[in-house]
Amino acid sequence: MVMTPLETRLEERLTELAGSVPDPELPMITLAELGVVRGVRVLGPGSVEVELTPTYTGCPAVETMTADIEKVLHDHGMPEVSVRRVLSPAWSTDDITDEGRRKLAESGIAPPRAGAGQGPVPLTLAVRCPHCGSTDTELLSRFSSTACKALRRCVTCREPFDHFKEL
Amino acid sequence: MTAPTGTDRTAAPGTAAPVAAAPVTAATGTGRPEATSATTGTDPATTAAALALGDDALVLSHRLGEWAGHAPVLEEEVALANIALDLLGQARILLSQVGDEDELAYLREERAFRNLQLVEQPNGDFAHTIARQLYFSTYQAFLYAELARTEGPFTALAAKAVKEVDYHRDHAEQWTLRLGDGTAESHTRMQRAVDALWRYTGEMFQPVDGLTTTHGINWPALQGSWDQSIGETLRGATLTLPETPRSGAWAAGAGRQGLHTEPFGRMLAEMQHLHRSHPGATW
Repeated sequence: MVMTPLETRLEERLTELAGSVPDPELPMITLAELGVVRGVRVLGPGSVEVELTPTYTGCPAVETMTADIEKVLHDHGMPEVSVRRVLSPAWSTDDITDEGRRKLAESGIAPPRAGAGQGPVPLTLAVRCPHCGSTDTELLSRFSSTACKALRRCVTCREPFDHFKEL
Repeated sequence: MTAPTGTDRTAAPGTAAPVAAAPVTAATGTGRPEATSATTGTDPATTAAALALGDDALVLSHRLGEWAGHAPVLEEEVALANIALDLLGQARILLSQVGDEDELAYLREERAFRNLQLVEQPNGDFAHTIARQLYFSTYQAFLYAELARTEGPFTALAAKAVKEVDYHRDHAEQWTLRLGDGTAESHTRMQRAVDALWRYTGEMFQPVDGLTTTHGINWPALQGSWDQSIGETLRGATLTLPETPRSGAWAAGAGRQGLHTEPFGRMLAEMQHLHRSHPGATW
């Protein structure tokens, strides 16, 4: 389908709207910053399809994300919205934007380290404490309040904190 | 293929799963995982493979969920629930490739489930749960890495899930080392657990046809990698690798053919009773 400049503009606008939805579990960042909105396609007049990829296969937030995207697009005059879940290519923490990382750290969640595609075990880079900035932190549990986070403690300031673990 | 050790040998593979024979389009309601066109309506072997992998994930997820409120420390409570959630996510995607995920999970009879007998084994003490996690997550890590590496109907899911499974495996290995090389009591319990579950591990390497034909899985090679990894972990944990038989007449394991152990029936009763008592209930 060849798109007119107007349709291209519309898709851009809808992509912006879908991406502006806050993450239900990490409301300080948007879905665009999390890197989970894969594409927005206008299927016809008043009909749009959004491709959404889950962070974890079992992420329960996907259903809320879906509903929130539908709502924001409905509210902006798009009567037919379908949100399609796509798995491939698999989401990685490298898909989180720099702005997303900055906001996570600002909210006390240590952002994932970049370039972690090789799995969790070989990583040796220190995780920085989001409270005091110390790199002397220790792992308390690989699993934390949500599937995507690990629980750590800062040895310097003794504060526990969540770490968005690399995936 | 291992002869079933149960008394009833009449259930032939596939006969107990009418839902698997006739794939239906997944419901398109909000939030439902979508069946991919690569597998919907494809050959029965692929459908059967999706059911086998999906049931492994579903059943183990439920078992791990049983720890909620009972785990030894809060961190483990959260860890086991997180692992269960990952597995449930895999199960939903896989079962949706076969048919309606809720019908498959809540309305099938025991004989229609195709999971390994390993994953249905009761939680036991914490060491038993960790041994089950070690055996299964190591299997899943190697299998999914292969599925992700090769082009076929399970590539996308496996590429996604394998990264999560790496965390599950790491969790199980760390605990195995800690318990095996811990106190005399923890060592005894961990050894007892790896011994008790050993006879269920042979079944993991019985070929699943739909994975052999589509992804070219080499089952003896998979078993070799598993044996080596488990051997290293157990040795590192000062534990003894079980030497009891796990294949042939001594092996447990006909779960892939729909034959299950007694505790599975009780687990299903608990898992399914709400849905069966209140059909269509939602919240």
